[in-house]
Amino acid sequence: MQEVLMELKKEKTRVGFGHGLVDLGEKDERVVVLTADVKGSVNVNFFADKFPERFVQCGVQEQNMTLVGAGLSLLGKIAFISTYSCFAAYRNLDMIRISLCYSNVNVKIGASHGGLMTGPDGATHQALEEFAIMRALPNMKLIVPCDYWEARKATIAAAGIDGPVYLRLGRESVPMLTNEETPFEFGKGSVMRDGGDVAIVACGVMVYEAMVAAEALAGEGIDCRVINLHTLKPIDSGILTQAATECGAIVTAEEHQIHGGLGSAVADTIALTHPVPIEYVAVKDSFGQSGTAEELLTAYGLKATNIVDAVNLVLKRKR
Amino acid sequence: MNPFNYSKDQLIAKALDVRRDIITMLVPAKSGHTGGPLSCADFATALYFRYLNHRPQEPTWPDRDFAFYSIGHVTPVNYSILAECGYFPMKDLMKFRKIDGHLQGHPHRLDTPGIEISSGSLGHGLGVACGVAKGSKIDHHDRRVYCIMGDGELEEGSCWESAMFAGHYRLDNLGVVVDYNNAQIDGKNVDIMDIAPLADKWRAFNWHVIEIDGHDMDQILAAYDEMLSFKGKPTVVIAHTRMGEGVSFMEGHYQWHGKPPKPEEGEAAMKELGTTLSEWTDRLLTN
Repeated sequence: MQEVLMELKKEKTRVGFGHGLVDLGEKDERVVVLTADVKGSVNVNFFADKFPERFVQCGVQEQNMTLVGAGLSLLGKIAFISTYSCFAAYRNLDMIRISLCYSNVNVKIGASHGGLMTGPDGATHQALEEFAIMRALPNMKLIVPCDYWEARKATIAAAGIDGPVYLRLGRESVPMLTNEETPFEFGKGSVMRDGGDVAIVACGVMVYEAMVAAEALAGEGIDCRVINLHTLKPIDSGILTQAATECGAIVTAEEHQIHGGLGSAVADTIALTHPVPIEYVAVKDSFGQSGTAEELLTAYGLKATNIVDAVNLVLKRKR
Repeated sequence: MNPFNYSKDQLIAKALDVRRDIITMLVPAKSGHTGGPLSCADFATALYFRYLNHRPQEPTWPDRDFAFYSIGHVTPVNYSILAECGYFPMKDLMKFRKIDGHLQGHPHRLDTPGIEISSGSLGHGLGVACGVAKGSKIDHHDRRVYCIMGDGELEEGSCWESAMFAGHYRLDNLGVVVDYNNAQIDGKNVDIMDIAPLADKWRAFNWHVIEIDGHDMDQILAAYDEMLSFKGKPTVVIAHTRMGEGVSFMEGHYQWHGKPPKPEEGEAAMKELGTTLSEWTDRLLTN
């Protein structure tokens, strides 16, 4: 099994986004795509090449792009705005809050290059706070796909969801844990591996790390359930409560700050339904730095080995 | 087609009614903005009663023109005109800013018919208007898009992103009216953060610029007519106005930006506008 995980093909979630947009464009005339001078980097060039009349280049104007997306949606269009996460959730936050969320318009944010794995560009470009921001906004929905296929399906699903949606995508190629046939249901987590000793709840690239950790722990006789919680908002309370009830301990894993993200969302949820001990694998309230993606995941404690350590810790606290 | 197509004299009369509405709704609201709504009243009345292609009984009519108030805080003039057009009953104006009404202090598209986008943070409306204008070009639809902006608002950087976008894409289906009343919360625009030379700024962003006295109905009508016929660039009408226009003790005083008249001030204002608070309240409540 460890070998199987090691040999998985890799692709970028942003490419899944780009292909998902082309899938949508072919089926639905209402879909329009905007970018802010990063067409190729966020892979909306696929859509732009095929449907140039429905592609709007906004230049380096993240605030205006967000507003233009809102305007397009008022005509019944489904507007996907795209840029790097470090701009897509911050520079334009006032526009997201009022013109997208309060107005509840059909604008979908394709935010690529999220997280530490953005790598050599350094801390400014490593968005690590978006989950906290998006979770706090009424009407916003938040999806963090784990791989190429899930990103492609999440993109298609986003078009069918009423109101604003934030898709968190990544720059680097990551292992494909799912395939074309794997079901994707917005708002519902999926059990990637069943187990009863502890539940590891992860999103994005950390789902892969969770699978590797679960495999290692199986060798020590610890039976882990791995939950891919691709939708952070609305959160799947059912799958989390069931995991808390049946496993009695939870580890969360995310490529995000420890405050306000997946771990907080899971804790918020089970605190009300079935409280159990939790350990968090996340960036511990600090900015990143330059380095390769792998070096950074290691340096900031986001590797499978860190999940293994967290599982061992939480099992000591399990009642 | 505008469903009213008012003459100049009818527009002048309607703008007076709008000013009466503004004062009458602000007194019981006990909070809200007075100065800006009064300075916008003339050109905004002309827009809705002569130019805007809209159907007040069918607010989301797909082929309508779009009008945005990028200055969300001027809800008194926005709501008054929507009610005068028939989007909702006049009596609703008496519940402005109240918990049991549908007229928020700053407008919300999901609460109020005729509000195209929720607003209240400055520097949003023009970008949204650009989206509708660009989308209409994509669809080869001949609708017009209008956006009312404030002078203080133009201190926000995002306005100029949007202005650049409209100039770049030659959105000649888009027209802006700037309420240049030279007053903002903390003082005169020229003292707080001078936006002059304003016409040069817009021209530099590839806009067609028209400057008018924003309280002269002949000039207002001529400006809209020119805006509608001008091709190849978006048009901005810089309307030189006076904060609080129509009420002598408010005119030109920036202190009236963000406060409502007290009852005695409201009564004095209504006297200048040729009626009384109680008479006009009755008119609103019975319509």
